[in-house]
This record gives sequence, C-alpha cells and structure tokens, in this order.
Amino acid sequence: MNPNEKIRKVSTHISQNEGLIFEKSSPGKKAYKLPPLDVPAVDPTELLGGQVREDLGEMPEVSEIEIIRHYTRLSTWNYAVDHGMYPLGSCTMKYNARVNEYVARLMGLAEAHPYQPERISQGALRILQMLSEQLIEITGMDAITLQPAAGAHGELTGILMVRAYLESRGNPRKKILIPDSAHGTNPATAAMSGYTVENLKSNSAGMVDLASLEAQVNEEVAALMLTNPNTLGIFEQEIHKIADILHAKGALMYMDGANMNALVGKVRPGDFGADVMHLNLHKTFSTPHGGGGPGSGPVACKKILEPFLPAPVVIEKADGTLGFDYNRPKSIGRVRMFYGNFGMHVRALAYIMANGPDGLRQTTEDAVLNANYIRKKLEGVYDLPYSTPTMHEVVFSDRLQTPQGVKTGDVAKRLIDYGFHPYTVSFPLVVHGAMMIEPTESESKEELDQFIDAMKAIAEEAEQNPELIVEAPRNTRISRLDEVAAARKPVLRWKSQREVESKVGG
Amino acid sequence: MRYLPKSEADREVMLREIGAKSIDVLFAGIPAEYRLERDLDIPRQYAESEIVEFFRQRAANSAQGFATFLGAGAYSHYRPVVIDSLISRGEFFTAYTPYQPEIAQGTLQSIFEFQSMICELTGMDVANASMYDGSTGAAEALMMAARITGRNKAAVASTVHPEYREVITTYTRYQGMPISTFGYAKNGRVDLDTLDMAIDDDTAGVLIQSPNFFGTIEDVAALADIVHSKGALLIVSIAEAVSLGIVKAPAEADIVSMEAQSFGVPLGFGGPYCGVIATHEKFVRQMPGRLVGEARDRNGKRGFVLTLSTREQHIRREKATSNICTNQGLMALMCGIFMAIYGREGLKDLASHNLAKAHYAGEQFKKSGATVLFEGAPHFNEFVVQTKTDPYAINDKLLGQKIIGGFPLKKFYPELNNASLWCCTETTTRASIDAAAKEVAL
Repeated sequence: MNPNEKIRKVSTHISQNEGLIFEKSSPGKKAYKLPPLDVPAVDPTELLGGQVREDLGEMPEVSEIEIIRHYTRLSTWNYAVDHGMYPLGSCTMKYNARVNEYVARLMGLAEAHPYQPERISQGALRILQMLSEQLIEITGMDAITLQPAAGAHGELTGILMVRAYLESRGNPRKKILIPDSAHGTNPATAAMSGYTVENLKSNSAGMVDLASLEAQVNEEVAALMLTNPNTLGIFEQEIHKIADILHAKGALMYMDGANMNALVGKVRPGDFGADVMHLNLHKTFSTPHGGGGPGSGPVACKKILEPFLPAPVVIEKADGTLGFDYNRPKSIGRVRMFYGNFGMHVRALAYIMANGPDGLRQTTEDAVLNANYIRKKLEGVYDLPYSTPTMHEVVFSDRLQTPQGVKTGDVAKRLIDYGFHPYTVSFPLVVHGAMMIEPTESESKEELDQFIDAMKAIAEEAEQNPELIVEAPRNTRISRLDEVAAARKPVLRWKSQREVESKVGG
Repeated sequence: MRYLPKSEADREVMLREIGAKSIDVLFAGIPAEYRLERDLDIPRQYAESEIVEFFRQRAANSAQGFATFLGAGAYSHYRPVVIDSLISRGEFFTAYTPYQPEIAQGTLQSIFEFQSMICELTGMDVANASMYDGSTGAAEALMMAARITGRNKAAVASTVHPEYREVITTYTRYQGMPISTFGYAKNGRVDLDTLDMAIDDDTAGVLIQSPNFFGTIEDVAALADIVHSKGALLIVSIAEAVSLGIVKAPAEADIVSMEAQSFGVPLGFGGPYCGVIATHEKFVRQMPGRLVGEARDRNGKRGFVLTLSTREQHIRREKATSNICTNQGLMALMCGIFMAIYGREGLKDLASHNLAKAHYAGEQFKKSGATVLFEGAPHFNEFVVQTKTDPYAINDKLLGQKIIGGFPLKKFYPELNNASLWCCTETTTRASIDAAAKEVAL
C-alpha cells in the first residue's frame, strides 16, 4: 500500500525557496524613504568626533517587495495554530483571537509612552486595573503583579516574594522542593533565587507522595513548587493536605499555573491552599506564542505576600484617578523595567471579556473533554503509564512501539507527515518515552478524529513498516537536521566570506 | 462562545464515547469542597463590537495624538507599515517556539538573520534569540560575566538606566554578587576615578550604558582598556538601538546587552520589548537564552535549529545559565524586519536625522535661556536640560499644546535639581521643538 494513502489531512504543495536576506542584498537598493529634514542637517563627524561610525558592514540592502516576499516565503515554512491542531502538552496552543490583535494596535494603546503623565494615561491604567481584578477573581487570590514578562519570570518573582516573606519572619530557609515531574524552569528558578533544589518523588498514581512530602518538609524548606494539574494532567487530589503539611512547618505552596487551562471557572488555587502562583497569559489567556514569545507571567498571591510584590502597583488615588504606587518598602524590587508586557495584558483582557464567566467555564470543560476523548481513543494503541484520571492533557509512552525500534521522537516526526504538529516529546521526565498531548478547547471533533486516526495509522506503521517512521518526516521541505553536528561546530551568524560555501547546499 | 468549535451534540457524542454520564465526571478528581459552584464574578460575555468600543475608549484616554519628547529607555520611532503586515501572518504569530525544525524553518531562519544583523551592528560574534528586555538582559549579562571569570562582584555605572539598575539589584541579590556603583563626570561620561575605586580583584563585570541615561556617548574603547587591565569584563548596555546607525560599534566590549525596542517595536506603554545579549564566540557557552544555528539535513540541505541547548533550563535544570524559557520571539522578528527595511544606508540616514533634530533642539533651548548639561561629550538623540522652573510645571504648560515634555530627572538624580531629559527622534517636528523651546525658557 502506498504509505501516504492514510494521510488525509494534508497534501504536499509547492513552496518557494528563499535564501538569507543577506544573499539578496546589493548596494543601492532601498526599502525606506525619510521625509525631508525640517531642521538644519549636521555633520556627524563634527558632533561625534572619534565616536562616529563610518559604515554598517554587511547590513542588507534590499527593496520593499523583496522584504515582503522574503518573510512571506519564510512564513509558509512554519506550522501554526492557524493551520491546525498543535497538541503540545503544557503549552496550551489555543486559538489567538483576532480582535485581541486589533485592539492591542489601537493608536492610543500602541503608542503610549511608559513615562507619559499618569493623568493622561488613565485608559491604559484602567486596563491594568481591570485585568488585575479579574485575574484575582479567577485565581481566588488577594493581590497580583502584572510585571513579569513570562512564566519563568513569574516563577522568579514568586519565589523571591516567598524568600522576602520568610526573611521578614527571621529565616529565609534553604531549600525548594520540586516534584520529579516539574518543568525545568522550576529548579532553574529556585537556583536563581539562592535556594538549593530537593526533588520530591511521585507516587504510583502520578501524584505527590504524601509520606515523602511529610518526611522531607522541615524548617529548611521554604516552599514546594507544584504544578496543578501536574505535567501528567493529573489533579493533585490531596492538594489541601499538601498545603497543610507545608504550612504546619512554616513553608509555602507555590503553584506553577502553566496548566491553569484545566481549572479556570471550575476551581480556584486560592481556595485550595496555594499561597502564590503565576499565570501564563500566553497559554491560558490566549495571547499568541509568537514563535517563542512574548509571554506574560502575572503573579497572584495571598494577603501575607502582598507587601513583597514588585513595585510599582496600580492604585486608585484619593481623587479617584488611577496611578502607580512606588512606595513599597517591603517590595522585592523590580523584576522588569516599566510595567510588564502591556500589549499582552490588553489581549488577555479582551479574551476574558469575549468569554465572560460562562465562556471561560465552557472553555475549561471543552479542553478537558478533548483530552479525555483522545485518551479514550488511543488507550491501548499507545501505552498509558498512569491510569489515574487526567484533565486537560494526557501522557502516553512509546513502550509498545520501542520493540520495533520506534521511539516517541520518531512518532512525533511522522505526525508531521500526517499534517499535525507533534505533541511534547520525552517530557515529563517521570515517563520514559513520554508523549504528552494537550489538545486545548480549540479543536473540533473532526480535527480530533483526524489526529486520533493519524496516531492509530502511525502505530500500525510501527508494526508493519517502522522505517517509514524512523525516516520521517518525508514530506517536509527539509528532512531531519543533524543537531549534533550543529552543536559541535556552531554556526550562529551569517558571514559574507562563507556565502559561496552556503549556497552550495542551499 | 464563538471561539469554541463544538455543538452541544458533539459534546454529548464525545462524552458518550468516553463513557462519562456528564462533564462533571471528568472533574471528579477535584475535591468537592474546592469546586467553584458559582459563576466567576467577572463581566458578562461581550460581543466583538463591544470589545472594540471598550478599548477604543481606553485608547482615547491614553494620550492619543500627543507629540512627545520622552525617551529614557523607550523611543518613539516611525514603524514602517510592512512590519505589522508581516508579523500579522498567523504562520508567524500563532506558532510555538521552534522545537520541531522541519516545520519551523520560517521562525528559525528569521531568528538566525536577527542574530546575524545584531552581530553586524554591535561588532560581536554571536547574539541570542532575545531576552525579555534591556533591563533583565543587563542583569543576566552580569551573571554571565561571573560565570566566565569565576569572580563574584559587579560594578555598575550610575548612568545606566535607573530601572535597569533596580532590576539588577533584584536579580543579583541572592547570587552572592555585591554591586558597587560608580558615578559620572562633568561631561556626563563615566567618572574614571570612581570607576577605578569600584573595581577590585573580585570584580567580574563592569556595566556601562552608551549612549548613557543622559544621552551621552561613552568612550567604550578607553573604558575597555581600564576594565580589562583589572581582569574584569566590560558589558555595554544599549537602550537606544538606532544610535548604532551612527555611533561606533562597542566592539571592545566583552558582552553587549541591548534593548532593541527602537527597531520597530511599538512603545505600547512599556512592553513587550526586545532584549538581546551579544558576545564573543569564546563566551557563547555561558550565554543565557536560545540560540539558532545552521545545520544540514540528511540530504545536505541548509536549515536552522535551536542549538547549544545544554545551557538551558529544560536540559540542565538548576545548573542552567538562566531560567529563561519563553523569550520575545515575535519582537525579534519585528526588529529583524525593521533592520532589513532600513539596512546599511537607511540606519545611518535615520540616525543622522535623530542627531540633527536633537542638535537643533539643544541649540533652540539654549537660545531660549535654558542650560544644556554635559556638553563636554557627544550625544545622540537625548540631552539634559537644566531649567529655572520646576520641569513638571513646564510640562504641564506643554500638555495644553498636546506636547509631552522631557523626563524630569529629580526622581532618580536628586542632585540634578530641575534638570530633565529630552529626546528627539526623526518623528519630532521642528514646530514642536520651537514650541517647547519657548516654555523651557521660563
């Protein structure tokens, strides 16, 4: 049988080749036009003396149409949420609503200078205040900062707040406990905050092992960093006992909100014992991932931690106008200049408004429904290492495929041929050969069924024709790249003298 | 809800397939006492037209249509239309981090080009795929210097953006990295005597900004000699990227930490912006953040991949060079497009317009009777004006003419009294400069 017969979602099509922008450059081409200078021209050498720059080396010289074609051609080589399902576990690749993009670009918001006087910035301040209030309600917390620029930045902010709080009580303590299923940012954050990391084992159900926790929590432990639902998609059912064990010894519970898409409108971390948490606006609240960023990582906390929030915070002043309060003597200080990734705050607020309480709840329910549908349909086709019920994501393993020499990374590459972005590969680390699937609420039943069919077809191929999979992807512009060679002799920038050599392969 | 692609019938079929009687079954893992049995107390669902109207009103109430003389780390440059037209392609803005290179070559190649152009402009060998912004980039550059030198202390110029310095304090507090500060001389440049005192045998990195917070261009080569003679690394922070069109590249630096917002990123009330760290090849393994490198596929075809990721948190966990994961990818794309639009000649032309406008403004302000400080060293597009009147009072008058005046420095530099920092870019008109000159005289 033709191996491509089962691939129904996509067909191969012609895409344009395109070199590097530098390779299109030639002297005299221009893509800009400045207006006439309305003040006297100056002689830069006279004004700058020895600091003047003579030329800009190999910066490109191209025309506007070439720029449009260059980046348009590059864009067609990307897979995106706009193309189809993007089931990366713990990444929450949901639909990015266009109205969010539109309102973020409105002139008064896009062109507001961060230092313009507060009294002519009331609109922007109101957006910050409204988003803060709504995120506080959604998380069940008491206070919030919107300053952190991403999830990991939020983690750093939250753990520094924990540290400042404990210090104010006389002892910052030494350790942060982190479950073995945690994201890599958690231990890296703990280290940046001056803490050592102690790993916490999961039990056979994939949850925090209460006995181990009880044994490990002592007066040296500052906090537990817990993702809930965890990276296996499992809600920590004994979450309040976890909080109680920590609180009894004076330690705090930090919640990594990466998986908040499973909870919004159904349960609030502030109600189940979390003391401080971050949200990823670029996951749960639909601000676009942008090919790697920008994100936004607000940190919400309980009253006891409020004095330690980064400065400034938005307040309502005596005259009823909004302003920034910089007078925060116990604050951990700034984690970023200005007020955070405001453009993402605008988009997140627009998302919440578009949903309302009913829409947010339905969104969460659909996200969990989609993941459980996939779980049901693929159970047995792929190994399910934990039988515990899961929420918005499900983790399979490649255990049934490895005897044929097919690993999780190979199945992922073959999914590309079937027209899907792969799931998260080899994470969480607690599952050997993990396949971590998070469909989000944005997928229709039809798209899910196509994904399930693709996964089943690949499992069949693994039995009958494993070479197809280990050589995948076969239908992309380029085949698997030699990442080992790339890291051994890194080429991290274009250089003109290498131009000839580069063109040979391109 | 209009973003959700399922009918009630779809939901019922799916629940049946799962074997769940109702959706509640799927949430049974949440202990009953914590389940939220009420609606969230947030506004009702809005129609798209209502959302647009709501934000239009907020925008109208955010200094829309004002001319501005504010710079101070966020610069008002013209943004060619092409930028938004290209970054609005869903293939770019709705894509994830390019961990699957076979279907992310667009993002990867554009970042490789961004890295290459940043290297050309800064005189460095390697640049990363972006940091959150100039402030966190500067803090991480100091931590990088500590890893490279094995030393523990840092020295920071008081003319580095005050908010960058606040971020550095927060970041380094628990790194065992004491920070000493050195001041500025009469000409606004680094004061060499206090610099000398701020460095000792355990100083890993010395951070300066050029053009500095007063707009003064530092003599990077001379400072590099001093810093290197003490065995420390020189880190140059650049907050106004357009300056690189006409100011010598800080090639003598060991690490350059840049805020590239000026390259086509909207002011946006302070973010998202685009930090980036650049350095020499020999230091690359201590760099934070993602890096894109060239690779070959099985047929020898050129492609690009994320590389040297053993520095990063998802591999190295607590031993990583940083905890950074999500960066400012789409902003780096904006900057790349901006750099391609202006290119080799345009960045120079653009920078000379900035220089000419700021020079003209300084002359007009002086003619009106104000004093321009720090004239003993060259400036780019910002300069410090000392006035007899309180700058807030001057700015109040200008606001009536829909002009936002300079940034009063008293808050961060009390010793400068009524001084304020004024910025002119290519967007500043002669008419608004003349209008402002009349007011600063008072």
